[in-house]
Amino acid sequence: MRPFAYRRATDARAAVAALSEQPNAMYLGGGTNLVDLMRLGVIAPEALVDVTRVASDTVEETAGGGLLIGAGVRNSDLAAHPVVRRRYPMLAQAVLSGASGQIRNMATVGGNLLQRTRCSYFQDVSKPCNKRQPGSGCPAVEGDHRNLAIIGHSAACVATHPSDMAVALAALGTSVHVEGRHGARQVTMPGLHRLPGGEPDRDTVLDPGDLITAVELPALPFAARSRYRKVRDRASFAFAVVSVAAALDVAGGVVRDCRIAFGGLAHVPWRAELAEEALRGSPATEAEFARAADAELARARPLPENGFKVPLTRNVLVRTLTELAETP
Amino acid sequence: MTTTTPSSVGSGLDRVEGLDKVTGRARYAFEYSPRDLAYAVPVQAAVARGEIRAVDVDAVLKYPGVIAAIWYGNAPRLASDDGGELAVLQSPRVAYRGQYIGVVVAETLQDAREAAGLVRVEYAAERHDVELRADHPGLYRPEVVNPDFPADVEQGDPDAALAAAPIVVDAVYSTPAEHNNPMEPHATVAAWDGDGLTLHDSNQGASAVRDTVAALFGMPPANVRVISPHVGGGFGSKGLPHPHVVLAALAAKQVGRPVKLAVTRQQMFAVTGYRTPTIQRVRLGADAGGRLTAIVHEAFEQSSTIKEFAEQTTVPTRMMYAAPDRRTTHRLVRLDVPTPSWMRAPGETPGMFALESAMDELAIACRLDPVELRIRNEPETDPESGLPFSSRNLVACLREGARRFGWAGRDPAPGVRRRGRLLVGTGVAASTYPVYRRPSRASVRAEPDGRFTVRIAAADIGTGARTVLTQIAADALRAPVDRVRVEIGDSALPTASLAGGSMGTASWGTAVVRACEALLEELDRRGGDLPAGGVEADADTSEEIRGQRRFARHAFGAQFAEVGVDVDTGETRALRLLGVFAAGRIVNPKTARSQFVGGMTMGLSMALLEESVMDREFGDYLNHDLAQYHVAACADVRDIEALWVEEDDPHLNPMGSKGIGEIGIVGTAAAIANAVHHATGVRIRDLPIRLDKLVR
Repeated sequence: MRPFAYRRATDARAAVAALSEQPNAMYLGGGTNLVDLMRLGVIAPEALVDVTRVASDTVEETAGGGLLIGAGVRNSDLAAHPVVRRRYPMLAQAVLSGASGQIRNMATVGGNLLQRTRCSYFQDVSKPCNKRQPGSGCPAVEGDHRNLAIIGHSAACVATHPSDMAVALAALGTSVHVEGRHGARQVTMPGLHRLPGGEPDRDTVLDPGDLITAVELPALPFAARSRYRKVRDRASFAFAVVSVAAALDVAGGVVRDCRIAFGGLAHVPWRAELAEEALRGSPATEAEFARAADAELARARPLPENGFKVPLTRNVLVRTLTELAETP
Repeated sequence: MTTTTPSSVGSGLDRVEGLDKVTGRARYAFEYSPRDLAYAVPVQAAVARGEIRAVDVDAVLKYPGVIAAIWYGNAPRLASDDGGELAVLQSPRVAYRGQYIGVVVAETLQDAREAAGLVRVEYAAERHDVELRADHPGLYRPEVVNPDFPADVEQGDPDAALAAAPIVVDAVYSTPAEHNNPMEPHATVAAWDGDGLTLHDSNQGASAVRDTVAALFGMPPANVRVISPHVGGGFGSKGLPHPHVVLAALAAKQVGRPVKLAVTRQQMFAVTGYRTPTIQRVRLGADAGGRLTAIVHEAFEQSSTIKEFAEQTTVPTRMMYAAPDRRTTHRLVRLDVPTPSWMRAPGETPGMFALESAMDELAIACRLDPVELRIRNEPETDPESGLPFSSRNLVACLREGARRFGWAGRDPAPGVRRRGRLLVGTGVAASTYPVYRRPSRASVRAEPDGRFTVRIAAADIGTGARTVLTQIAADALRAPVDRVRVEIGDSALPTASLAGGSMGTASWGTAVVRACEALLEELDRRGGDLPAGGVEADADTSEEIRGQRRFARHAFGAQFAEVGVDVDTGETRALRLLGVFAAGRIVNPKTARSQFVGGMTMGLSMALLEESVMDREFGDYLNHDLAQYHVAACADVRDIEALWVEEDDPHLNPMGSKGIGEIGIVGTAAAIANAVHHATGVRIRDLPIRLDKLVR
C-alpha cells in the first residue's frame, strides 16, 4: 500500500498554506487525470488537498463585459453555459470535444488547464522520460511520436499539451487568476504553459503551491463568430491529432481582427500570432487564409513520423476560417 | 410429425442470465474470494531478450503484508516443462518484454502491487529483434498453420499462369498487430485443497483449462476443477490458458493459501495473446472477362521465440475462388516479441482483407462491377479438395446485399462524389468462415418436478450460448424453455469443446440434442414412470462427428460499406455498413444479430483504428491501454445492419446451424478500404486507414 493523506481545504489561502507545509502535496480537482497518474505510478503525492469546495463553481459576467469562470466549474457546466455558448462558441465546442460525458462531469476548469501530456513514454514508468524523470532521456524522439509536437519542442521533450479547453482559452487571451504564497496574481494565456526547453518537467510558469482560482475571459465581441475544430482518429473519446480554435472579425470582406490557436502541435496550446498578424487587414479569402497558415507553420520542425501534421494543420485552419468568413 | 410445443429455435429469446448480469448477481472470476485469500501481482521482464542473473527480493520480503516473492530461483518446478509460454518461472531466460518473471503474494492487492515494484532484477540483456519484415533472414515455413493446415499449397503452375494472364493485380498489403480487448480482463483465483486445485477463471473453455493445468502440475484432470459461469468476452484471447493461470496456481501452491490474480489491461498487451502483424503479397491473374486464371497469396508473420503460433492467413484463399493455377504460402519469423494467439477469426480476418482488397483492384482492372466479378468467380466445388460445398450462398448474400444497399447503378469512378466536405464512396467484400464441430459430452436430467436440467462444460463468453442451448434443449425435449435449465461453465460438468472457431453452438448443441433424445427414449421406455430422483441420460458425440460425411462446410457473407472521407483532414468514418450472411439456420435472431453486428463493429475498428505499436527500442507494445489503443467508440458506429438469408443445409448438425461468432469481422476491413478507394481514388493497403495516409 502506498498511503497518502487527503485533506479538504476550506478556502484558497488555507489550501495554499496546506500545500506549502507539505512539499510533496498536490491539489485535487476532479481527479480525472491525477488519479490515473497515481495509479500508473507516474506521480506519488504524499497528500492530496481537495480544492473542489474552494474554487468557485460559478460563471459570472464581469463589469468589463467578460466572463469570470471559477476554477471549480465542471467542464460539462462550462460547455452548457448559455453565455459561453453564445459569446464564446469556440470554448463550448472545445470543452465538449474533450473526453467523455462522465469525465466532463467530474473535470474542473482548473484541473483541465493543468492536465499532463498523454505521451506514451511519460505514462509508462518502465521507460525513460525527461518530463517524468529529468535527465533520463526522451525515447519519443527516436521512437513513437506520431501524435507529438511539431513546433516549439526541444531535444529534451517532444510532448504535446492534451487539453482542448486550453486551446480556446489561449486563443481568447484569458487571464488566469492564481493564489500563491505571496498573494493573488494573474497570468495571461498564452503564457501559463511553457515550452519544454531544457526543463520539460515544468509544464507551466506556476510556482509550487500556486492554486488556479478562476479564469477570466476578456470582452471580445467578435468571438461570437468563433469555432473549435478538432481532428482526431476516433470519432469520440480521443485526444486531438490537431485542433484549431479561431475567431474572425470580418468587415467589408477584410479581416479586421482574429484570434487563432492550435492544439496537438506543441508543449503548449499554441497561439498563432504570426498567422494572426498576417491576416489582419487582409482580404478574407482562402488564399489569404492559406498564406497566414504558412506564415505560422514556417516555424514547424516536424519529426520523421508526424510531418503530416503540417498540411493537416494548414488545411484545418483554412477550412475553419473559410467557414467563419461564410458565417453570416 | 407434429409437435405440441412451438419451436423455440428461431425465436429471439432474451438472454436467460440477462437479469443476473444487469443486476450484478452474475459473478465473474475475480469476484470469488475464498477464505484466507491472498493477492498475487506479477513481476514483468524489463528487457526483451536476455537472462536473469539475480533477483533481489530482500526489500520485498520486508514489506508489510508480503507473504512470498517467487521467481525462477525459488519457484516450484512444474511436472511438464516444454520451455514454452506456460513454463512460467521455469527458466532464467527472458523471451519478451513484459514476460512474467516473478510474482509477489501479499495480504492485499495494494501491498502486493507496491511490493512487486520493489523487486530488483539484474539481467544480462541481449540485443533484441522485434521487427517483422518480408525479407527477414529468419523467415521459415512452419510445419502447419493454425490449427493444422499445411503451410503451403500449390496447384498447377501459378508463375506461368501469371506471366500469361492478360490482366494481373500484384500488390502488397499489411495489417498491424492487434490486441483482443474484452471488457473483462483475464483473472484467476486459485485454491489448493490437498492434491486438488480449484480455479475460478475467466476462459472460453473450462475443460481445456483443466486439462492443460493438470498436465503442467502432473496430476489427473479429475483433481482440477475450473469454474467459469460468466465470462466478459474473450475474442480468442481466453481460448487457451495464458501464463497468469499457471502463475496463480503456482503461487497458491507455494504459499499454501488461495491466491487471486487479475491481469491488468496494460499486462494484456504482453501476456494474453494478440493478432500477429502480417505482410501479404497477393497476385491475381485473370482473363479479360475477369475469370481468375492464377491466384498467389503469400503471408509473412511473426511468433515469439517460445511458442510457434502460425496464423492461417492465406487459408481462406484456398476455398474462396477457383483458378487452375494457385499457390498459398505462410512464412514465419520468431522474434523477441510476445506470443501471438487467436483473435476473432484468426487467418480469415487479415487474409480476407488482402484477398478482398485485391479482388476490388482486379474488378477495376477488368472494368467490372466488384459484385459481378465475385459472381463470375463463384466455384462449383471446393477448389482445393474438390469436395462439394454443404451449402454456399455467397452469391445470394451479394445479390441481397446489393439490393438492400442500393448498389445498382453505382458509378465506379473513384474520387468524384462529394457530400459537403466529404468525399463519399462505397465498397463491397465477401466474408467467409469455416464450419467446425468438435466432440463434446452432455447430460440431461428429467427432474421430478417436471423440469429438465442440462449439463455441459460449455462457455458463454457473452455470445448467448447459455440461451441458445436452452432453446435447443427445449425443442429436443419438446418442452417450453422455462422448464429447461442449462448449467455450463464448470469443468465438473460433461467435457465440452471450446468457445472458439465459431463452433460452440454446433458442438455443444449436437451433444445436448443427443442427450435429450436419449432421455426421451429412456422416458418412453419407462412409460412415464419417473423415479423420485429423476432420470438422467447423456451423450458423447465423438463417433457421430468422426463419422460425418465429407463436405466443404463454410459460412459466407457479403459486406457493403459507405464511407465519408473529410477532404481537409483525411478523417474517415464509416457512414453505413450492411452485412448479409448465409450461416445455416439462425437459432436465436436476437443474439445472432449481436454476434454479426459485434463482428462488423470490430472489423470497422480494425479498418480505421486498431494498431498495437511496437516500440523498437524497448521491444514492447507501447500503446497498452484503451486510451491509446483505439477501439471504435459509439460515435464511430453510425449505421450498421446485419441480415441473413435463409439457408437449409442438412449436412451440418441437428440444428442446421453454422457458426456466427467470427464471420462478422471477416471482410469488413476490405469493404471499408474498397469504399475509401472509391471515395478518394487512394488505395490504402496498410491498415489501419488513418488520416495521415489520406491528408494532402
